[in-house]
Amino acid sequence: MKRALSTAVRLGLTAAIAVAGLTASPSAAQQPPIRVGELNSYKAIPAFLEPYKKGWELAVEEINAKGGVAGRKLEIVSRDDNASPGDAVRVAEELVTREKVDLLTGGFLSHVGLAISSFAKQNKIVFIAAEPLTDKLVWENGNAYTFRLRASTYMQVHMLVDEAAKLGKKRWAIVYPNYEYGQSAIASFKKLLSARQPGVEFVVEQAPPLGKIEAGAVAQAIADAKPDAIFNVTFGPDLQKLVREGTTRGIFSGVAVFSLLGGEPEYLDPLKDEAPIGWYVTGYPWDQIKTPEHDAFVKAYRSRWNDYPRLGSVVGYSAIKSVAAALAKAGSADTEKVRAAMAGLEVETPFGKVVYRSIDHQSTMGAYVGRTAVREGKGVMVDWRYEPGEKHLPPDAEVKSKRPAQ
Amino acid sequence: MLSSLLIQTLNGLASASLLFLVALGLTLIFGVTRVVNFAHGSFFMLGAYVGVTLFDRLGGGALGFWGGALGAGLAVATVGLAVEVLVLRRIYRAPELLQLVATFGIVLIVKDAALYVWGPEDLLGPRPPGLGGSLPIFGKPLPVYDLFLILLGPAMLAGVWALLTRTTWGLRVRAATEDRDMAAALGIDQAMLFSGVFVLGAFLAGLAGALALPREPASLGLDLSVIADVFVVTVVGGLGSIPGAYLAAVLISVAKAWCIGIGTLTLGGITVSFTKLTIVAEFLVMAGVLMARPWGLLGAEPVEGRVAHGRAWPLDEPRRRFWLTVATMSVVLPAMTLLADRYTLVLLTDVAVFAVVASSLGILMGWGGMASFGHAAYFGAGAYGAALAALGGAPFVLALGAGIALSGVLAAVFGRLALRADGISLAMLTLAFAQITWAVAFQWDAVTGGSNGLVGIWPPALLADRRAYYLFAVVVAGLTIAGVWRLAHAPFGYALRATRDHRRRAQASGLDIERIRWAAFVLSGSLAGLAGSVYVFAKGSLSPDALAIPRSVDALVMVLLGGAETLVGPALGAMVFTLLSDWITRATPYWQALLGLAIVALTLVFPHGISGTLARWRGAGATP
Repeated sequence: MKRALSTAVRLGLTAAIAVAGLTASPSAAQQPPIRVGELNSYKAIPAFLEPYKKGWELAVEEINAKGGVAGRKLEIVSRDDNASPGDAVRVAEELVTREKVDLLTGGFLSHVGLAISSFAKQNKIVFIAAEPLTDKLVWENGNAYTFRLRASTYMQVHMLVDEAAKLGKKRWAIVYPNYEYGQSAIASFKKLLSARQPGVEFVVEQAPPLGKIEAGAVAQAIADAKPDAIFNVTFGPDLQKLVREGTTRGIFSGVAVFSLLGGEPEYLDPLKDEAPIGWYVTGYPWDQIKTPEHDAFVKAYRSRWNDYPRLGSVVGYSAIKSVAAALAKAGSADTEKVRAAMAGLEVETPFGKVVYRSIDHQSTMGAYVGRTAVREGKGVMVDWRYEPGEKHLPPDAEVKSKRPAQ
Repeated sequence: MLSSLLIQTLNGLASASLLFLVALGLTLIFGVTRVVNFAHGSFFMLGAYVGVTLFDRLGGGALGFWGGALGAGLAVATVGLAVEVLVLRRIYRAPELLQLVATFGIVLIVKDAALYVWGPEDLLGPRPPGLGGSLPIFGKPLPVYDLFLILLGPAMLAGVWALLTRTTWGLRVRAATEDRDMAAALGIDQAMLFSGVFVLGAFLAGLAGALALPREPASLGLDLSVIADVFVVTVVGGLGSIPGAYLAAVLISVAKAWCIGIGTLTLGGITVSFTKLTIVAEFLVMAGVLMARPWGLLGAEPVEGRVAHGRAWPLDEPRRRFWLTVATMSVVLPAMTLLADRYTLVLLTDVAVFAVVASSLGILMGWGGMASFGHAAYFGAGAYGAALAALGGAPFVLALGAGIALSGVLAAVFGRLALRADGISLAMLTLAFAQITWAVAFQWDAVTGGSNGLVGIWPPALLADRRAYYLFAVVVAGLTIAGVWRLAHAPFGYALRATRDHRRRAQASGLDIERIRWAAFVLSGSLAGLAGSVYVFAKGSLSPDALAIPRSVDALVMVLLGGAETLVGPALGAMVFTLLSDWITRATPYWQALLGLAIVALTLVFPHGISGTLARWRGAGATP
């Protein structure tokens, strides 16, 4: 009995310690800063998200150096979501309930972004999605609390279709990573191109699993179909492998190639002097953009990090600038006020002014469209221009029909 | 068309050689040490990164390339030696598969170390000097390097074959592969042999990583993308069989290349995209091969009795201490709703869910001696069943029922098929089925929402509050786990353990082995499904990630960390692992490495799992 009793005491103590440990939370400061929860898949997508993190850190420092927002400093509480929707929801919960953040931002992977968006709606907290590209985030699964910064899959495809239709190529080959981003990109591409150019043929479709392309076999299969043009949606290591195998096998010569995201430094730089020449891409020619707002951004970024910005840097920077602008416009961190402020919010970004549309909560941030070239042993974009996002969104009636009634 | 298919065959053979090179090391290591080395993909990745650095340092010449590749192999071999001596050597005597947990910890450490040293950007290696161009074959240009790789595979096969059959060391390796205990009894120095094999395996993986660079940039995702393929190759070929591994690598790589070459086919109005099939091609091959030949293409059934499941510690009878724990928990856990903040409750809801998953897996692994590498299939099926029912308008309780039913049916089918095999083959079959389930959920847009999944699955108003849902989850988990514990000492539990400990004696006592094992499988799957259905309503959304390999690995780690051979072990493991990950993730940006270190440390201190080792400490002197 004595032994049993001591066991009970031990167990009770352990439980008490566990409770104390679990419930301990950081105490609030005096004039409290506005706390913003940021969550992303840092370990899963480091190539994009490390520059992204540097971008938003720079933005926070700039904002706080000017006295913060509405007289309060901005404080970011950043978490890794482990690239899993379930974990992301738990992390979001932690940010909201324990860290008492006033709104959420971040996100890279589409399925994780959608999970956070569903959480935001259920818990009535604003979520400004930075990067998840899926169209569903603002259309089919859009909700009152979710907003998105980055130009969506549809918008980026739409930017390239203009060029594609101009060329009048008849036989198209298609390569895309086999998940929603790739699938919806090619669905939009086929639909938009067929509408512009009746009679266009899609002669081969390759859907390698993300990150596991058998590049030699895929390149060969494309060559066998004898296309006039290729539309590529793969990115990252898949793209690098496809470029090298395709070049060695000569499949790109005499063929027009379009590559979504192909001009982003994250994906173009690793190719160095093997970067493809003459591809039509969306991307970010950071070293050539000469607008005052972009110059200021590059200068600040380089002096802060001793590195050049990638596209992720711009996205992270602009996401926090959006947060600050919304808070300033709302004059408070109250969710309903911030939500109201987000509709039609204008934000100054390194790409110029963007607007969060009230119709679907999509920002009008655009992308740069151009062609690839190799200069001084590095892949660069040439003949580029900025395509504002608002030019590449469907008519309002179509948007409305896609978005569920609130 | 024919020439295309021939070229695709050559493409497949080139890929097969690299795959074989990695699999070769894994199969050697497994054959001798019985360690399922989860870190083998990390060795491959390290080889690639070290290769990039060495190629850079040594310059672009032929010497730089081949010297660099060799150097990468040697560097990784050194890392392998450290892993073997510092970690694995200490836990060879632990129950089977605990080493898998330790090597999983090493995967996490290596990943973060690579990020720290080489940064986040993908690194493209150089083209091999002199082999960078292409040659026309059947009128189509084929990279010369691919031709080199096609020859490399058989050459390595011959080389290692000679090493194993023509040298004394090879003789010892073969002896230990065949019967480790007998080899030890004959005076073969096990420590030296194990280290040697491990170092050779790591060297081959590192070499393969460097030699893959002309085709594949060094990136941080390489480790896990390679390890799954390599597991499949080793098991399809037959564990420990080297020619088998080559055969399997060729079979899988050529099958993939053909799928890509065939592309999209329309037959009788039905369009099939073979290129989309490549997402599960290797697992389809594995399921097919293992169902026909449970020990792989060229594998042999292991020697009965000696290498089976080892000596299991008998399950403790629930004594007073046990019931006191139960009583305390049933007071403390509900009381948490009053004491703890909302996030703690959310976290504990996750703990409750995973405790059920781990306990369900514990039935299979602990009592049944059947490891499942694919438990996520049942967890995810439960989640999808519940989510689809809820989105279709079913009330909450009915949705939970739908989840359990779907996972139960799935477990019944997969169990029937997988239980033809045993041991590692059984585990790999469960993995194959789980991956096939994952691929279906991933591709079936119309129903499952594809890779994006489903959103907007929340509990009814009554349970919408965190506290209410926590209470609900804890009560469900508590009752389930109590039921499982009760079952352990019911006739079914005894019978199941009898099938694990001595199948022939059990059979002679009149037990229907097949049926008992199958029943355990269905029960375990249904309980995991219950956990999945509770989980999905706590999260509000669901994606195929719930069915993916990392989920299965988490469940394995929880069971083994907590201790598979005690009643409380799995649930305890779930709690420790979930709380530890939650805490560490917030503690540092290099949380993966820290979590990996913690896992390795836990396996070293608690080689029988936390509860199993504690029980041994308490009962020191008692005969197991």
